[in-house]
Amino acid sequence: MIGHVLFFALAAVLLSAAVGVITSRNPVYSAMFLVLAFFVSAGLWLLLEAEFLAIVLVLVYVGAVMVLFLFVVMMLDINLARLREGFSRYAPLGAVVSLVIVALLANVFWFRAQDTPLMMTPELRSAEVSNTRELGSVLYTEHVYAFELAAVILLVAIVAAITLTMRRRPGLKVQDVARQVAVRREDRVRLVKMDADKE
Amino acid sequence: MEALLNALPGWELLPDTVQTVGVIVAQIVPILIALTLCVAYLTYAERKVIGYIQNRIGPNRVGYKGLLQPFADVLKLMLKEVVIPTNSNRFLFVIAPLLAIIPAFATWAVIPFTENFVLADINAGLLYVLALTSVGVYGVILAGWASNSKYAFLGAMRSAAQIVAYEIAMGFALVGVLMAAGSLNLSDIVRAQAGGTLMSWFWLPLLPLFVVYFISGIAETNRAPFDVAEGESEIVAGFHVEYSGMAFAVFFLAEYANMILIAALTALFFLGGWLSPFAGLPVLGDTFLAESGFFWFALKTALFLFCFLWFRATFPRYRYDQIMRLGWKVFIPVTIIWIFVLGGMVYLEIGPWAR
Repeated sequence: MIGHVLFFALAAVLLSAAVGVITSRNPVYSAMFLVLAFFVSAGLWLLLEAEFLAIVLVLVYVGAVMVLFLFVVMMLDINLARLREGFSRYAPLGAVVSLVIVALLANVFWFRAQDTPLMMTPELRSAEVSNTRELGSVLYTEHVYAFELAAVILLVAIVAAITLTMRRRPGLKVQDVARQVAVRREDRVRLVKMDADKE
Repeated sequence: MEALLNALPGWELLPDTVQTVGVIVAQIVPILIALTLCVAYLTYAERKVIGYIQNRIGPNRVGYKGLLQPFADVLKLMLKEVVIPTNSNRFLFVIAPLLAIIPAFATWAVIPFTENFVLADINAGLLYVLALTSVGVYGVILAGWASNSKYAFLGAMRSAAQIVAYEIAMGFALVGVLMAAGSLNLSDIVRAQAGGTLMSWFWLPLLPLFVVYFISGIAETNRAPFDVAEGESEIVAGFHVEYSGMAFAVFFLAEYANMILIAALTALFFLGGWLSPFAGLPVLGDTFLAESGFFWFALKTALFLFCFLWFRATFPRYRYDQIMRLGWKVFIPVTIIWIFVLGGMVYLEIGPWAR
């Protein structure tokens, strides 16, 4: 009973947050709506007893990805009038694209779903079963190749991103940290011994 | 606590759900009150400790030896006006302090104070802690942005970059902890350190991770020497420059609650939480010193809290690029290398893994 109430409450907040992401005029508000959406979907996953996934969603998306998003969005100076300039010109194209997407979604959810038998709700496990351990035991045995492939792809992406920012500009003054650390007092300060002033 | 509630007239007549909620609330409220009092006296301790380090006396006017100073401060802040700057984003401006304080308090749900007392003994406790501590940054960022002030915005930007950088090192250090303990549950992590004296705690086999974790913790809480987000000599007071009265007090409360949290977590992960360092020493016999309990947990937390104050009085503020260099180029490689070393130790069954 409480589960149902929670589910519908969370789902309602999730949907309104998702609508808020695309309708709010202020990009910072959009980003914050997205954060709210992530939080609420983490709550939905908790209801499904997927606590590992729920917490990782908050940790990765809310804790890291959205912070960087906000970081960028806050520094943007968006001129809404210029963005809206070609709205009426491109509106038909946008309508077509969204219709195609709706049709595809309808195809998946409506027509193809009719052939698949309804899945029974899986039996609830006791609180003793550790979600994380279960996931790990499958991830590192059955799906180990897929897992390692994903890791390699991510690593390549990191290397590529870093390479993109590594440009050498001529005439750039760079601090050599090793030399800074190795500095001793004798290199910088000269102590002079002299008599006190006599007046 | 439950016995106390049962004694209430008509308690049994309430539905089960209400009773459960009642019991949980009855556990939350004492923790929060104790935490708030700890924060109040941490500010007092900070002023006293730094005072004595700098050869001053510190607050000594309000109450005996200045012991009522925190209450005087709170009263002053409560009576002050909350000024909302013009052209600021009113909603986000008001909500930002709340976003800072909620994660700082919510994390305490999974902290085991003793062997038996923990509010929510969840399996993924360590992940929960990581997730919530990383959410705290929103308060800082939004406060900086909503204030419509260049100084506040600069502080927020600095803070965001810094927290993202140090979170990674922190996460990797905790990967080492969970490799050593074999569990994400905080109580189990402490139990994995039991069965011996000081040497069986994780601080020794995970020494580099211990150092990295604590220093990253200082950076995460924006404390000196990593307090560039506030940097009063450069950007006035950073992200909370426009806040006054209670709104400012809430930020203050969040910062100190986070300090206590980091100190408590370091004690749990690396210094054996509630375990007594003298367990099994025949000299002490049955005294409370040999027994594991809340006393030891509090003592270890206080030790790290003292370090926070000590560092603040000792080190000059880091330059911003040096902070970034330390986080990305020193701490992250150190933690990754030590995770590999740990893997080798576990595989070869060296040290605490000898069975």
